[in-house]
Amino acid sequence: MIVCITARAAGTDAPVEQRFGRAPYFVFVDTETEKSESVGNPLVDAAGGVGPRAVQALAEHGATILVTGQVGGNAARALEAGGIKAYAYRGSGSVADALAEYTAGTLQPIS
Amino acid sequence: MKIAIASGKGGTGKSTVAANLAWALARSRDVVLVDCDVEEPNLHLFFPGPAVDVPVTTPVPEIDPARCTFCGECGKFCRFGALAVLKDRVLVFPHLCHSCGGCVLVCPQGAVREVPRTVGRVACSRPLPRLTLISGVLNEGEVQAPAVIRAAKVLAEGHPLTLYDASPGIACPVIETLEGSDVCVLVTESTPFGLHDLRLAAEVAERVGIPAGVVINRSDGEDAATVAFCRERGLPILMTIPFSREIAAVQNRGGLISRDLPGWEEQFTDLFDEIVRNAGVRA
Repeated sequence: MIVCITARAAGTDAPVEQRFGRAPYFVFVDTETEKSESVGNPLVDAAGGVGPRAVQALAEHGATILVTGQVGGNAARALEAGGIKAYAYRGSGSVADALAEYTAGTLQPIS
Repeated sequence: MKIAIASGKGGTGKSTVAANLAWALARSRDVVLVDCDVEEPNLHLFFPGPAVDVPVTTPVPEIDPARCTFCGECGKFCRFGALAVLKDRVLVFPHLCHSCGGCVLVCPQGAVREVPRTVGRVACSRPLPRLTLISGVLNEGEVQAPAVIRAAKVLAEGHPLTLYDASPGIACPVIETLEGSDVCVLVTESTPFGLHDLRLAAEVAERVGIPAGVVINRSDGEDAATVAFCRERGLPILMTIPFSREIAAVQNRGGLISRDLPGWEEQFTDLFDEIVRNAGVRA
């Protein structure tokens, strides 16, 4: 299973970014192999409509779980249609911290 | 002749100037007044009356699921996020679409076609025997103001004298309003903000290639900085409206100073003469 965590920089030590569509990086972690891939988000400075486009990027990387601070209405619709479940991480920890909380089952789903 | 009334800064008196100029001119000739401030049209407040609505539509994509292979080309192309291509479906977000038509062009399967979607309306009325009011109204939450402005301007075509009341700012809606105008009136006020945004608006008029003149509204008599700027840029000052409680009172009850205060009808017909002189074309 591939989990995407929004981050301010590359790597699992990077701090989690609360915004979804304008997150500087998407960190994809394969929970079976524990390998991670960090992808820069070209939408950081885009004018608008970033939510649906960010969901497309997640779908392309095969993510089925998203861990982020919050998502907008358009992104929520696209996530739901794409079968990607979103969870809220409101702490100030790293990507690894957020992943640990997700794995422990303590994060609330974003509906 | 097409006269655009713009300002840069909001609240300087664009609509006041447009409405009073229209009223004064409609005493002796046919005038079409177009409210191009489609996100907040207000000229109908000065000229109430029954209106006929014409809907404004823009083309948005529709996906043929029988042809689509989910290749993702349309989603990659759309920089407004109006199309999201997922594994087994394409999501369309019509309110994000800017109707560029690019998705139709890039689709290798011919699976995208365009369908009309209503984003606003144009309201047409005849509040005075010689005045036609055409108001563009963008629906709430929509982004395509230029489409509604274009539709309003098309409906005003074919008349000898048209006034366009622009929206504040200097973005797409204002440029859409200025395009095709013969001359531009920039309404400012004697404040640092008024002057700051007058600079921006004057630059836009210059880039669009339209001669511009300035109306100073709510003047407290301390207009030296504005006057100096106009002189430096070769912008004629067409009219100065003083800061006055009497004018404010007429304005606040939805009145027109050209109709309700003695002397102002002549002031606005004089303004028109100045505009014509500045435009360098025959009216």
